[in-house]
Amino acid sequence: MMNMTNTLSEHSEPSIIVRNLTKKFGDFVAVNDITFEVKKGEIFGFLGANGAGKTTAIKMLCGLLYPTSGEAYIAGYNAFTQGKEIRKNIGYMSQRFSLYEDLKVTENIELFGTIYHLPKKILKERMNQIITRLNMESYADDLVRSLPLGQRQKLAFATALVHEPEIIFLDEPTSGVDPLVRREFWNMIYDAASKDVTVFITTHYMDEAEYCDRVCILADGAVQLIGNPEDLKQQLNVHNMDEVFFKFVKR
Amino acid sequence: MLKIENISKSFKTVKALQNIDFEVNEGELFGLVGPDGAGKTTLFNILVTLTHPDEGKAFVGGFDVGKDYRKIKEIIGYLPGQFSLYADLSCYENLDFFATLYGNTIEENYEIIKPIWRQLEPFKKRRAGKLSGGMKQKLALCCALVHRPLVLFLDEPTTGVDPVSRREFWDILKELKKKNITILVSTPYMDEASLCDRVGLIQDGKMLKIGTPTSIVNDFSGMLFSMRTNDMYRIIKQLSQCNADFTYYPFGQHLHIATPNQEETDKVFNFLEQTGDKKREMKATKPTIEDCFIQLIRGKMK
Repeated sequence: MMNMTNTLSEHSEPSIIVRNLTKKFGDFVAVNDITFEVKKGEIFGFLGANGAGKTTAIKMLCGLLYPTSGEAYIAGYNAFTQGKEIRKNIGYMSQRFSLYEDLKVTENIELFGTIYHLPKKILKERMNQIITRLNMESYADDLVRSLPLGQRQKLAFATALVHEPEIIFLDEPTSGVDPLVRREFWNMIYDAASKDVTVFITTHYMDEAEYCDRVCILADGAVQLIGNPEDLKQQLNVHNMDEVFFKFVKR
Repeated sequence: MLKIENISKSFKTVKALQNIDFEVNEGELFGLVGPDGAGKTTLFNILVTLTHPDEGKAFVGGFDVGKDYRKIKEIIGYLPGQFSLYADLSCYENLDFFATLYGNTIEENYEIIKPIWRQLEPFKKRRAGKLSGGMKQKLALCCALVHRPLVLFLDEPTTGVDPVSRREFWDILKELKKKNITILVSTPYMDEASLCDRVGLIQDGKMLKIGTPTSIVNDFSGMLFSMRTNDMYRIIKQLSQCNADFTYYPFGQHLHIATPNQEETDKVFNFLEQTGDKKREMKATKPTIEDCFIQLIRGKMK
């Protein structure tokens, strides 16, 4: 493993601490001894080929899958023993599933707010904030199914943040959306990060890898490379993240 | 090889396709590039005779999609957006099944699938449902090719596929093109447009532009600049205060700034100078298909 990690600022407690984390399914090692930290408010890109072990790793970090060995602390909670607390303190959004299409915009926000036990008054406030921020006043009472994909993805992002989690996990959130919406989406990511939300994101768009504070490239379940995009490009003497990715994934 | 004449199709209130009109020549690799929900799959369904257009006509290999659907089915191969092989059959069984459907044997047309099949051979006894994403796509492509079609329809074959596997898939398409198979392929990835002979940029059921990748890029109007920055978020916030007719958006490690003319360019440059960002290098840059797409959809919103 090449370690090109920048020294993180010492005073802020990391949001995610992963040490020698491993997951085996029978003889198959899906995640192999991965170690990294993500600090508060950082945008951390988690990259790798299909089948590299990204989804398995994310499931462990979200408290949805019991690790085989190692250590992991998410928002201060232990991934082995405190899955429930972890789930309360994170948000999650993916391209495949994020909102209920048969529910209205407001109903979706209400549902997620209720799941996270938000008091009614606060839920109402946040619902209004979301709808105003996304300029969705005119279709607040429409079914999510009827929204354009881009609006749906932005709403899903805002909804995943409704309980103000410390960390948000985004699994290919921009797959298939148009280039303008993709950029609006990244604006929302920057905005969240500037408010100290830790962003853990996977993507197949290598231009988006450039927008991350740091990226981690996974191959065969193991961390191949971690670092700031600028440093990685310099040290590998390449022009962009696409080339970095190819160097470490194509064998 | 493909002739699409003024096709429109609606689902209830949604206009899925509006006056789509273009042709694809024999042996051409034509890319339909646009986001999810643009109407790409609806157009594919019409061309492979799974659904009818409300208006307009379409011909595949000279056959009318409305009348000659049996003939069309014989000459086309179709890779749908969703995985549609038999998950419980092995790779070999799937391939054999599709060959038999068309009254062929795998041996007869082995030559055409050989380069792809060879990569799958070590797994030929594995059930299709147990393959990795990239492998599934390769098997599906073999199954769509095993009867040696004249036209290949590939609906988003690379969506959700990692950059390395995507490149491999496009290498395969280049090889197929050499065998004079006409290919219509759809994709939401703008960077794949440059790998096609010609592309149609599509959004909200409307064709925004059709042409070769070079001609589309040449039609970019106004000026485009690129500025390298590690401080994207701050600069973007700052530029939102700038009073000029221009657009700006992040583009990987660069910020792209598009202006209609020199006058507006000067305004932006002066603004950046005033805010102390004058030392930042702004370089004129060549637009990509993605820049063109952004310009086209912005133009439409105005």
